[in-house]
Amino acid sequence: MSASDEIWILGIRMTKFGKHPDLDTVDLAAEAATGALADAGVTMADIGVLAAGNLMAANAGIGQQLQKQIGQTGIPVYNVANACATGATALRTAIMAVKAGEVKYGLAVGVEKLSGAGLLGAGGRKKAEASEGMVWAPAGRYGAVAPVDGRIGTEAMPGVFAQIGTEYGHKYGGTSFELFAKISEKNHAHSTLNPLAAYQKRFTLEQIMSDVMIAYPNTRAMCSANCDGAAAAVVCNGETLKALSAEQRRRAVKVSASVLTTDPYEAGCQVLPNVNTLTRNAAATAYEKAGVGPSDLDLVELHDCFATAELVHYDNLMLCDEGGAADFFNSGATWRDGSTPVNVSGGLQSKGHPIAATGIANIWEICHHLRGEAGDRQIENAKVGLAHVIGLGSACGVHILEKSAA
Amino acid sequence: MAGQIPLVDYLVLDDGEPHLIAQECTNCGARFFDRRNACAGCFATDFKTVRVATEGTVRTFTIVTFAAPGIPTPFVASVVDCDGTQVRANLINVEPNPEHVRDGMKVQLATYPIGSDSEGTEAIGFGFEPSK
Repeated sequence: MSASDEIWILGIRMTKFGKHPDLDTVDLAAEAATGALADAGVTMADIGVLAAGNLMAANAGIGQQLQKQIGQTGIPVYNVANACATGATALRTAIMAVKAGEVKYGLAVGVEKLSGAGLLGAGGRKKAEASEGMVWAPAGRYGAVAPVDGRIGTEAMPGVFAQIGTEYGHKYGGTSFELFAKISEKNHAHSTLNPLAAYQKRFTLEQIMSDVMIAYPNTRAMCSANCDGAAAAVVCNGETLKALSAEQRRRAVKVSASVLTTDPYEAGCQVLPNVNTLTRNAAATAYEKAGVGPSDLDLVELHDCFATAELVHYDNLMLCDEGGAADFFNSGATWRDGSTPVNVSGGLQSKGHPIAATGIANIWEICHHLRGEAGDRQIENAKVGLAHVIGLGSACGVHILEKSAA
Repeated sequence: MAGQIPLVDYLVLDDGEPHLIAQECTNCGARFFDRRNACAGCFATDFKTVRVATEGTVRTFTIVTFAAPGIPTPFVASVVDCDGTQVRANLINVEPNPEHVRDGMKVQLATYPIGSDSEGTEAIGFGFEPSK
């Protein structure tokens, strides 16, 4: 592979996740973007393409709004929306433009204001009852006379991912309410070392299990935390990097694989989303492209939108043998002192999940460790890491990152 | 005279015992419950309407505590394997707790009234209940 084919993250930044009542979406995006530019040692004048993700206001043109605050240079903007994989999609869009040779530097931003958003995923929470003067009339692709969410299963995220976890247990055994709660216990414990996490509170297993039940077996503490936040990254190719300073080259992080997938048709995948196959496909492609295997990974940030999801992704990312996710977790492998630390940031359950920011923030976490800048939560001698996101619909992004040799 | 109307058009109430129907791809056999443009598996465009088995096995479930106004909670959301066809449905006529619901349990289709409109037409929903 020639240097011009290699992609590098030159600068990256995430904001503090949490409640930001005084900052709007553009403020958060600007903080992340200008931070990433400064980290990269470039300015908006150098950037040839901007890919911007914001899911909750996907038609608002966040990219152009951001330009108006930090620099209108006339470059193309791609506003992207791809469920919870929006951030990864923005990054991959910038990477593709650099890889195509069209631009020297690309900037990707993901931002979300989500504090207090409540349950997501059921397409509005309108009243589902007969009302005065109303006549039943079939509508939509199912000819439904009333809202079906809650009457024909659930479309809300906690319940969908709960079923994905219980299905894994049914297929392979070894799972229980307590096991899923223990995964959440790990991530909340990890977050105590992350000053940018929305929550840094350690919970006991008992506290997690006795918290409000949202969708069995996921209690509130086992669900991703809605919050505000942004993350941004600047990418360039190896040829460009060669001409930069020794410090820029030392801190640059190599993107060994950048993969985006959707779910291939399988029986039942339109009945309950199949989050497994597309993740497995993305991981297999990423490992092949990067020339690394799961055992080479020093840390993993995976999409633990619910405790039940983290378990199945151990298997989907091939961190364990097929069917062996429960044993793998019980061995302690995924705690920060284990053989494959997973979500040392605290994960979506505790670091938080400002949707479009997540797919870049998880890459920031990996870069932070590969650069040796992660402070108290540094995974020693981290050289290779993997970042994974999945959004229902579905879209899955997997990035494999490697420490600079310089 | 006031009659009944199914909650969704793939619930059939007026052709023998209540049952679900699916659109089956005549090329690859993939089954879908919605109006189709083409098959998601093989891209073919010919479908035939088929009856879905009314008995099945719970493939997975969750017990949902929060839902839209008008939806009684807690309820059991589930995917039922009906002789190879995957069906999304609530489990009904069963205690909504993990002691009474388990993956792999045998269930059968059941219907229940959802409510009547201003003309007195009753909407009928479906779910699966433990096999008798």
